[in-house]
Amino acid sequence: MRLYYSLILFACSFMVPQLAQSQEDLLDIIAQEEEPLTQYTIATFKGTRIVSGHTVETQAEGVMQMLIGHRFGRLNAGWRDLFGLDDATVRLGLDYGITDDLNIGIGRSSYTKIYDSHIKYRFLRQRYGAKPFPFTATAMASAMIRSDLRPFGNIDVPVSRRMYYTYQLMIARKFGDWLSLQVTPTLVHRNLVQSSNDKNTIFSLGLGSSIKITRAMRFNMEYYMILPSHQIQSDIQGEKVRNAFSLGIDLETGGHVFQLHLTNARGMHEKFLASETTGRWLDGDIHFGFNVSRVFTMYDRYAKREERKAQKKL
Amino acid sequence: MKNIFALLTTLILSLSLSYGQLYYTSNGQITFYSKAPLEDIEAKNKQVSCAIDFSKGQMAFSMLMNAFQFEKALMQEHFNERYVESHKFPKATFAGSIQDIENINLSKAGSYSVTVSGKLTIHGVTQSVSSKGILKVSDDNSIRANSTFTINLEDYNVKIPTMYIDNISESIEIEVNVKLKPKS
Repeated sequence: MRLYYSLILFACSFMVPQLAQSQEDLLDIIAQEEEPLTQYTIATFKGTRIVSGHTVETQAEGVMQMLIGHRFGRLNAGWRDLFGLDDATVRLGLDYGITDDLNIGIGRSSYTKIYDSHIKYRFLRQRYGAKPFPFTATAMASAMIRSDLRPFGNIDVPVSRRMYYTYQLMIARKFGDWLSLQVTPTLVHRNLVQSSNDKNTIFSLGLGSSIKITRAMRFNMEYYMILPSHQIQSDIQGEKVRNAFSLGIDLETGGHVFQLHLTNARGMHEKFLASETTGRWLDGDIHFGFNVSRVFTMYDRYAKREERKAQKKL
Repeated sequence: MKNIFALLTTLILSLSLSYGQLYYTSNGQITFYSKAPLEDIEAKNKQVSCAIDFSKGQMAFSMLMNAFQFEKALMQEHFNERYVESHKFPKATFAGSIQDIENINLSKAGSYSVTVSGKLTIHGVTQSVSSKGILKVSDDNSIRANSTFTINLEDYNVKIPTMYIDNISESIEIEVNVKLKPKS
């Protein structure tokens, strides 16, 4: 008999958790139904440029970004040029998201009067959770045309010889939520170079980083290294071509991102970064500059997607 | 004595095997509205999971914060990155009970006013909430649940910089709209 009582008691002990099944268990039931969680890493960088070079980030579908870049003259120009303020170059650009991953863009730089266009595609995305993936990868191709007729000396040069092309593969990873690093192997092809000692196609390795300081501010670094270093022999305006190094801060407000930077590179394009930077940091050949970006949502992408879905069903 | 033991065993087994009258959906909809002097913001989540257990009078919701869709992509990024920190707190959940559950007759079509109260967790912070809503039992054996209520961002430790006080409202209106089906 005692055995029976103890058995009943034992059985009752199983009942207790059953009876006490609480609201949390309903959440457990939901959790069982839901697929294991995988999320994409967002905001690896604040914008589509670290300083002058591209980041892995793209504009979302239907979003137009207006990007205004300014680089002043060299700080070591002194009082005569108000530390470079007299001597500004500008790039005006528009980027547009055809899809969340595919972007196109155009731009015009005042420095050497260059028109540029690019196409950019993000083909891998960093994810965490059930199906993690370690990095984001974006490829970019751009073509440029220099519209001043005489790049070298006093001879007019035909259009085909004033064309430039760049190809970039960007691989970036966000570590935690405060540090992002990017590696950017870059090829720059120049149809016409200054002398036969210069390579037409130059390889440059870009490195970038972004560190979160507050939720609206980041500190960025960008470095473009000509590798190997002897690919360009000719001087530009009497100065050797060097690696480009830039420091910057992102300040974000609602729809704007302000980027302020110090850089030895004058141009706001990969071609300038990789093959035409002549400033030397240690000599004070530093340009102050800023980018201002503003995004415009051209249409509601979710509404559009639903429309497309509905059309497919018909 | 043997009979009692057998009875108890059956009781235990029946308790553990049945979930009762369980209704479920994984594509419920929750919309929130922020109405501020300079800007009205609206975001919609169409992948909300919801379950109601009528035998116990309980109700639960679960949703991914990054499934909220904003018209402006940048706003969606800011929402996830800067305000609700989806990477740290991916889900918002609610678990609570339906008062006046005994008034609801699941076998007959009709509309019932109910009060639901329980614990709402957003941004890692849990608060007790209570809201009136309507449960509609349909002939096709489905149940619709609607409710609108307001939460304060401050209660969930979501901080709006003073700079955006005219753009983002401190009190957010939440509209729940789910259609559940019996779960086998």
